[in-house]
Amino acid sequence: MASLRQIAFYGKGGIGKSTTSQNTLAALAEMGQKILIVGCDPKADSTRLILHAKAQDTILSLAASAGSVEDLEIEDVLKVGYKDIRCVESGGPEPGVGCAGRGVITSINFLEENGAYEDIDYVSYDVLGDVVCGGFAMPIRENKAQEIYIVMSGEMMAMYAANNISKGILKYANSGGVRLGGLVCNERQTDKELELAEALAKKLGTQLIYFVPRDNVVQHAELRRMTVLEYAPESKQAEHYRNLATKIHNNGGKGIIPTPISMDELEDMLMEHGIMKPIDENQVGKTASELAAVSA
Amino acid sequence: MTQNAENVLDHLELFRGPEYQQMLANKRALFENAHDPAEVERIREWAKTPEYREKNFAREELTINPAKACQPLGAVFASVGFEGTLPFVHGSQGCVAYYRSHLSRHFKEPTSCVSSSMTEDAAVFGGLNNMVDGLANSYNMYKPKMIAVSTTCMAEVIGDDLNAFIKTSKEKGSVPAEFDVPFAHTPAFVGSHVTGYDNALKGILEHFWDGKAGSEPKLERKPNERINFIGGFDGYTVGNIREIKRIFEVMGVDYTILADNSDVFDTPTEGEFRMYDGGTTLADAANAIHAKATISMQQYCTEKTLSFIESHGQKVVSFNHPVGVSATDDFLMTLSHITGKAIPKILEQERGRLVDAMADSSAHIHGKRFAIYGDPDLCYGLAAFLLELGAEPTHVLSTNGNKAWEEKMQALFASSQYAKDCHVYPGKDLWHMRSLLFTEPVDLLIGNTYGKYLERDTGTPLIRIGFPVFDRHHHHRYPVWGYQGGLNVLVKILDKIFEEIDKKSNVVGKTDYSFDIIR
Repeated sequence: MASLRQIAFYGKGGIGKSTTSQNTLAALAEMGQKILIVGCDPKADSTRLILHAKAQDTILSLAASAGSVEDLEIEDVLKVGYKDIRCVESGGPEPGVGCAGRGVITSINFLEENGAYEDIDYVSYDVLGDVVCGGFAMPIRENKAQEIYIVMSGEMMAMYAANNISKGILKYANSGGVRLGGLVCNERQTDKELELAEALAKKLGTQLIYFVPRDNVVQHAELRRMTVLEYAPESKQAEHYRNLATKIHNNGGKGIIPTPISMDELEDMLMEHGIMKPIDENQVGKTASELAAVSA
Repeated sequence: MTQNAENVLDHLELFRGPEYQQMLANKRALFENAHDPAEVERIREWAKTPEYREKNFAREELTINPAKACQPLGAVFASVGFEGTLPFVHGSQGCVAYYRSHLSRHFKEPTSCVSSSMTEDAAVFGGLNNMVDGLANSYNMYKPKMIAVSTTCMAEVIGDDLNAFIKTSKEKGSVPAEFDVPFAHTPAFVGSHVTGYDNALKGILEHFWDGKAGSEPKLERKPNERINFIGGFDGYTVGNIREIKRIFEVMGVDYTILADNSDVFDTPTEGEFRMYDGGTTLADAANAIHAKATISMQQYCTEKTLSFIESHGQKVVSFNHPVGVSATDDFLMTLSHITGKAIPKILEQERGRLVDAMADSSAHIHGKRFAIYGDPDLCYGLAAFLLELGAEPTHVLSTNGNKAWEEKMQALFASSQYAKDCHVYPGKDLWHMRSLLFTEPVDLLIGNTYGKYLERDTGTPLIRIGFPVFDRHHHHRYPVWGYQGGLNVLVKILDKIFEEIDKKSNVVGKTDYSFDIIR
């Protein structure tokens, strides 16, 4: 067996991480790779397209009903979906209570201790939003994911999140082995999106590994709880995901230690590309009517 | 009467004075809003009924008096078993004060252990700075040879990564790069102190054997004839490990005790305090990889450690806290089989003496019914010994016992004619035990100090065996393993039986039917 590749998808909430990761992993599975998806998001939607299910029973919900994690068996939590992709969801608390980060730690420890990583080529972690606490950094600790792929778009906040995630990676990169594999831009059709994504990748010291164009077929497939690979295997979009999968597959060991930038630098970058106008310091804090009065 | 410096009264005496009695009575009458004593009595009686027991055992969301402690306690216990090792618990101070006091109250010895003193800001920003400063302070102030890091709940909930933190601390110069800082994640809300023992010991062996967190090449195993021995979390570690060393020595076996805390918990008073004493040397810990086999006395304390050792090519064997003749036989014969060394005459004689003692006292112990609670291995070892004595371990309860342990206990019961009415209770607590003692009374209870309240409420005489024993001194200095250890356990049980007989036969002219003082 080739050595286990562990990767993780990070990115701002709602950016299309789960969609992108599931489609890409489905393409990797087509290439004959044996895959385990570990969803690290309390929403537990990282595996729905593979399993055709609304949301699978999560490790933590099963543990809560069984009494404790020690009472669980691996078969209880592991479901097999499209192309024999194995799926688990860590799950977590309802919004506003508890600690989802600890849930990620508990779940990953459980999976490792119970041999979920045996006989697998790829483990992919799908992690929610920013690296908001130590728990969500669990997949990037030493001996976990080797490369991180950040899903982003040309929107300001998505790039901000990508930069933040890079900071998280940097924290662990020096002491451990985690590297930034690259950015995946999920097209939102914002102004100069490709240009911006490439510029950000350059600033972070990495590459834009793929630009996934927007296509409605993704939505059509999602409504049927399927990946595009399964729903419309002949489509152009499926081909894009295959290309992305191939790039990730060939990117093993080529990750870098990112060079995150400051908020000012990020804003400067947007200005450089004409997305944001330079701010006239005289206008800061003035209301619209005040500004109107000034210009009148 | 206020305290007088010439004659300071302990609180047990002091509160019996008239002004305190008056104060307590006033408090009760004026402020406590207490229930009618008749109602209290009614409920007290109701709690003894089978009906209440049924409700008690249907309890799901509440634990009352669990007979277990938390992971870091076990981690500290294992860590101090290495030469010059300072246990460092990454977390808040209060937790660490508990490990120190718990161990000190049992062993009546100081327990050295430091915390990284995490507070509110560390909970928000992560405990890296606490680790950096804490390691530097510990290293400079207490001059340890090794610092073994474990964690409390707080550090675990926020997800502090020990491996990364320790590397960063070394980069920042807290301790020299080559200084040994093994670590183990020991969330207190997972498992119990036996899990923590397991994790910490595995962490230390992993550090020495698998390349010190990537800073050195992994060791390559070159098998030799030595035997590694692991005692597990054990309240009798001082007496037990010394007894085991003696056994190894009379058999001529080369051995390494892993986590040998027998000296640190029993340091002689020679005029100068020392923080560290004895312990497995760091060289021995590293060289233990080459051993022929590893023997663990407590399976459930060493599950992860043994599978780690086995993965490095060693034979591993585990026992369940062996007490008595056949369990010790099994231990010695396994040792003899692995090493090829004969069991010497002196041990055979000790065996004969234990058998002799058991036969002498059999009339008093045979058929007696016992309740036992404690760690899973201890419960198993004691239950097996009782069956050997012809006694009945009627209720065997372990809060940290799991399904596998339950099955193992069932198999033990199935093997003995005396165990027909014996039951095993995994995951239950001392409030369950209380119901058991009321509804299915037994002659004697075996447990730790906390059992004294069960003794008071149910009238079941308590034999103190287990951890912690806070209210009887020095028993940890005497072994319970080996044939001599078996003899000690037998004597503890018999002493209690005879005390009870005496209590029931010493009323003048009423229960003293004869002048017979022989038992």
